[in-house]
Amino acid sequence: MIDVNVFVGSYPWRPVPGSSPEAVLAAMERVGILEAWVTHLPSLYWKDPAEGNGWLYQTAERIPPFRPVPVVHPGLPRWEMDLAEALGRAAPAVRCDPGLLGLAPTGGEMLRLIHAAGDGGIPLLAAVRLEDGRGRHPLDVAPELTPAVVRTWVRSHPHTRFVITHADREFIEQVHFGSTPAEAARIWWDISWVWGPPEDHLGLLLATVGGARFLFGSGQPLRLPETPLARLDLTDIQPADLRAILTDNATTLATRNAATQ
Amino acid sequence: MLVDVHAHFYHERGPRNDWRELNASRLKAGERIGITWHVSSILGTWGRASPTYFPSLDDVSYGNEQQRSLQRTHPDRIRCYVTVNPNYTAHALAEIRRGAEQGMIGLKLAASRRADDPLLDPVIDAARGHGLPVLHHVWQHRRRDWPGQEASDGAELCRLAARHPGATFILAHIGGGGDWLHSLRILRNHPNVNVDLSGSGVDGGMLEACLHAVGVERLLWGADATLCTGWAKLRYLEKLLSRQELELIRWRNAARIFPPGSFS
Repeated sequence: MIDVNVFVGSYPWRPVPGSSPEAVLAAMERVGILEAWVTHLPSLYWKDPAEGNGWLYQTAERIPPFRPVPVVHPGLPRWEMDLAEALGRAAPAVRCDPGLLGLAPTGGEMLRLIHAAGDGGIPLLAAVRLEDGRGRHPLDVAPELTPAVVRTWVRSHPHTRFVITHADREFIEQVHFGSTPAEAARIWWDISWVWGPPEDHLGLLLATVGGARFLFGSGQPLRLPETPLARLDLTDIQPADLRAILTDNATTLATRNAATQ
Repeated sequence: MLVDVHAHFYHERGPRNDWRELNASRLKAGERIGITWHVSSILGTWGRASPTYFPSLDDVSYGNEQQRSLQRTHPDRIRCYVTVNPNYTAHALAEIRRGAEQGMIGLKLAASRRADDPLLDPVIDAARGHGLPVLHHVWQHRRRDWPGQEASDGAELCRLAARHPGATFILAHIGGGGDWLHSLRILRNHPNVNVDLSGSGVDGGMLEACLHAVGVERLLWGADATLCTGWAKLRYLEKLLSRQELELIRWRNAARIFPPGSFS
């Protein structure tokens, strides 16, 4: 099982237990996650997020189940070096959350990063949100991603692949069915924010969008990693789709990175 | 035994034409989780003929009747709250009396009137008189008015609870949106307010904070609109607590605060 939505490090807005690398590893073992795509959480809030990437790479070397997903800030000088380092270290993805970095989500800086990621063959990961909008800290005012932004992204380069986390059913549908099949096939969604029964949004999306588009993601330790597992356990799901979500889709994404390089 | 103290069902007069499927989905998922009792409420016509949080009298009565009908259809799985709109005191008191006489085991207050408003006092007196705990919809740290509801937060509910020390309250869905840390700070000094763990929120640290704030004796398991998140919290608690502690949250606390014999 591969969790593509994992953080390590402290969170600025509230105490979050279990955010050390060792505690995250223990939580993974608790629920049976074998591999985690990990971002250094404080980096998302630093002026220069690349300052945290070195620590992230070292941590991932020390804890093999971790695969580093470094933050790249395309508004900073020499950001191309950060992307090149991620490629050189075979990161499964790089991430950029424009709302947290104060970037225009469809501005020139973001589009340059999208082009570079596409040319380099590495997926770009971004979160719709990290927190329920109703419970955010008064200073936590970063705008959420919108479906229109993701539609613009996927149309801006013919090869760039995207991993979008923390999207709900409506968001996913507005992007998926607002894209051509070729565009939609370059977007993967994690299931961390998709409701299970009785509404059963996950079951519906698997029927309409298809299991090939989804990844197992938890958002731990900000969220309990038990949640996406419980969601899958409550969803009537074909074994092939389950395998794809738990492992195969993420493996394919990462394998294609290596092949591109 | 596992009691979901915060469940909802639907009926044909609501806005959803998939109401049968929704009800069946809840029961089916409940079987998979191992839910023994769904303690549920219906908020009028869920917005179709009057607003969900400001239901008309006809809608309140119809929803309660449908809720009782569901209990009759599933006597081994469903128990129910009587829902009232406290702006209509006489009607609310009549619904509580009728509900208690017909086997409803709790009172559901949503967001028709602020929790600390004196208008709620006779309603709470009636609930206490019938031995019914009060599940109150709560927006955790309400910083402003939210559209479509006159929501209350933990502070407002606790002001009501302080005026009625003999009544038993359940603060709804600590994971249902808003700042749960704010609610937990207030709850410490209000022993007649219990915490329902339902809601889509599965924030890391929330369950530990709940345990720290009110102890295992005042926590009740529930799911509300998302059974997956409810089950996830239960799975995490299984790793965090002893079997005896877990049983309190699963059902023993509920069995203590609901009328005797509610779950048999």
